[in-house]
Amino acid sequence: MEAPAVAPAPEALPKVRTDLLPLLLVPLLALAAAPLVGSFPTWVTLTVAGIAMGLIIFIIASGLTLVFGLMDVLNFGHGVFIALGAFLATTVLGGMADWTASQSLAANLAAIFAAMAVAMAVAGAVGMAFERVIIRPVYGQHLKQILITMGGMIVGEELIKVIWGPQAIPLPLPAALRGAILIGDAAVEKYRIVAVVIGLAVFAAIFWVLSRTKAGLLIRAGVQDREMVEALGYRIRRLFVGVFVAGSALAGLGGVMWGLYQQSVIPQIGAQVNILIFIVIIIGGLGSAGGSFVGALLVGLLANYAGFLAPKVALFSNILLMVLVLLWRPQGLYPVAKR
Amino acid sequence: MSGALLALEGVHTHIGAYHILHGVHLTVPRGGLTVLLGRNGAGKTTTLRTIMGLWRASHGRVLFEGADIAARATPEVARLGIAYVPENMGVFSDLTVEENMALAARGARRAAEIDRARLEWIFGLFPALRKFWLHPAGLLSGGQKQMLAVARAIVEPRKLLIVDEPTKGLAPAIVQNMVSAFRELKRTETTILLVEQNFHFARALGDTVAVMDDGRVVHAGTMAALAGDEALQQRLLGLALAAHH
Repeated sequence: MEAPAVAPAPEALPKVRTDLLPLLLVPLLALAAAPLVGSFPTWVTLTVAGIAMGLIIFIIASGLTLVFGLMDVLNFGHGVFIALGAFLATTVLGGMADWTASQSLAANLAAIFAAMAVAMAVAGAVGMAFERVIIRPVYGQHLKQILITMGGMIVGEELIKVIWGPQAIPLPLPAALRGAILIGDAAVEKYRIVAVVIGLAVFAAIFWVLSRTKAGLLIRAGVQDREMVEALGYRIRRLFVGVFVAGSALAGLGGVMWGLYQQSVIPQIGAQVNILIFIVIIIGGLGSAGGSFVGALLVGLLANYAGFLAPKVALFSNILLMVLVLLWRPQGLYPVAKR
Repeated sequence: MSGALLALEGVHTHIGAYHILHGVHLTVPRGGLTVLLGRNGAGKTTTLRTIMGLWRASHGRVLFEGADIAARATPEVARLGIAYVPENMGVFSDLTVEENMALAARGARRAAEIDRARLEWIFGLFPALRKFWLHPAGLLSGGQKQMLAVARAIVEPRKLLIVDEPTKGLAPAIVQNMVSAFRELKRTETTILLVEQNFHFARALGDTVAVMDDGRVVHAGTMAALAGDEALQQRLLGLALAAHH
C-alpha cells in the first residue's frame, strides 16, 4: 500500500487567479470565423466593424449593468438616452454644417466632440430627472420597475417624435470621415477606426475610475454588498444617483456613435439597441462592467460575421450566443459575487 | 469605565410581520467589553442591526453618547464612530484585502493614505493580512476573512466596535488569535459590544454580560459574577453552555 498523500501546507498561498477564459472567447470567435469568411481582407473589414460595434454597445451597456448591480434596478428605459443622444447629434451636427462639410479632419472631429458633449450633458440631466421621478418611487419592486421604466421609454420615444418628428433623420458622417482606407487589401471604414479609438478611450476611463478611485471601489463594493458599504459609513444612494447619471450620459454618447454608425436616426433606435444591450449585460454577468465589455465585443463580432455569412440567422445569432453562454456559465461570463 | 457609551431603552423591532425585539434594555459601559449571550433566535443579531439602523426600531430609544440615534440612517450611525462586523463578515470578495481596508478607512482616498503605524499595528494582530494584502478577499480562508472583517473595523480609531459572532466556525488556533487581538483592542480602551455563542471565548474577554431570550434582555451583570455562578449559567444558558464548559 502506498503512503497516504502528504496534506498540503495549511497556510499555502492561494494563487491570484485571473479568469481569462471568457476574454479568450473574443479572439477565438474571430479566429473561428476566419476560415468561414474565406477572404482575409473581408475578414479584417468585418472584424474591425464588429469591434467598433461592440465598443459602442459597451459604452451604452456599462452604465446599465452597474445600475442593476448597485440597486437591483432593471432600467428598461435606458434606450431613451440612446435615442436622445442620437437625435441631439442630428441637431448639433446639422447646426455645424460648415464644420462637418470641411475636409479638415480636425474640424470634423471638433463637430463630433461637440455633439458628444451636448448629448452627454443633456442625457445625464434627463437621467437625473428620470431617476428622481420614475425609478425612486419603485425601489425594490421589480415588476413595477419593469413596467414603469418601459412606460418611461414609450413616453420618451413619443416626446422625441414631438420634438424631432416621427420620420428617419439622416446623420451623415463629416466629410473627412467618409469612405474607407485600405490596410493591405482590406477596406476599413474611417469612422469605424474613430469609433474604436473613442470606445477604447471610454473603456480605459471607466476601468481607471473603477479600479483606481475611491468612487470606483465603492461602486464595486456596492455591487457585491450594498448594506456593508452603508455600514462602513457611505451613502449608497448618492453613489447610485451618480452612477445612474453617468450611465445615462454614456448612453447618450453611445447614441451619437450608434447614429453615426447607422448614418440615420429613427425614434425607435432606443428600443432596437435595448435588446442588444440586455443580451450583453446578461452574457457578461449582471453588475459586471468587465463582463459587459467581453459580452459587447462578442455580440458586435458575431452580428457582423453572421450578417455576412448567413444574413437570415443574423438576428437570431445573438440570442443563440446568449443561450450558449448561459449554458456554460448560468450567471454570465463574470458573475458578481453577491453576499 | 465611566458611564454608558451606548444604551438601549425599551427597544422594539419588527421585521415585516414579525415582532422580534420586545423592549430591549441594554447598557454598554464606556471602555469595556460587553458580551451579548443567548440561544439562537434570541434577538442578538437583530439588536445589533437595530443599533446600526439596518433595522428600524419601532419603539424605544437607542442612545449613543446621550443622543437618540434610533431614527438615523446606517451611514450616519457609522459616521458617529461605530464600526460593525456582521455575522456574515461583509467582506467584499471581489476586492483585494488592500481595497477592503482602503474602503473602511473613510479618511483615506487610497490605500497609501491609510495611517501606516496603525496598519503595522493591525498586521501585528493579524499577520496573515500582510501576506495576502494584494489578494482578492474571496480567496481567503474563513478565519482570514474574519480577521479582515475585524481589521477593517479598526483601520481607523472608532468609539464603539460591534462584532457579531467573531468565532463562528473558526478553528481553535484562530479563535485563540482572535482572543489575543481583542485583548489588545481592550488595552486601547475601545468600547466593544460582542455577540457570542462560545462561552469560553466570551468569558475570556467580557467585562460585562447581557443574556437575551425571546427578544428581551433577561440578565445583565458582570462577567465575573456569571462565570462564578454555575447555577445561574444553567438557568440562563442551559444545555448549550454545558457543551462548551
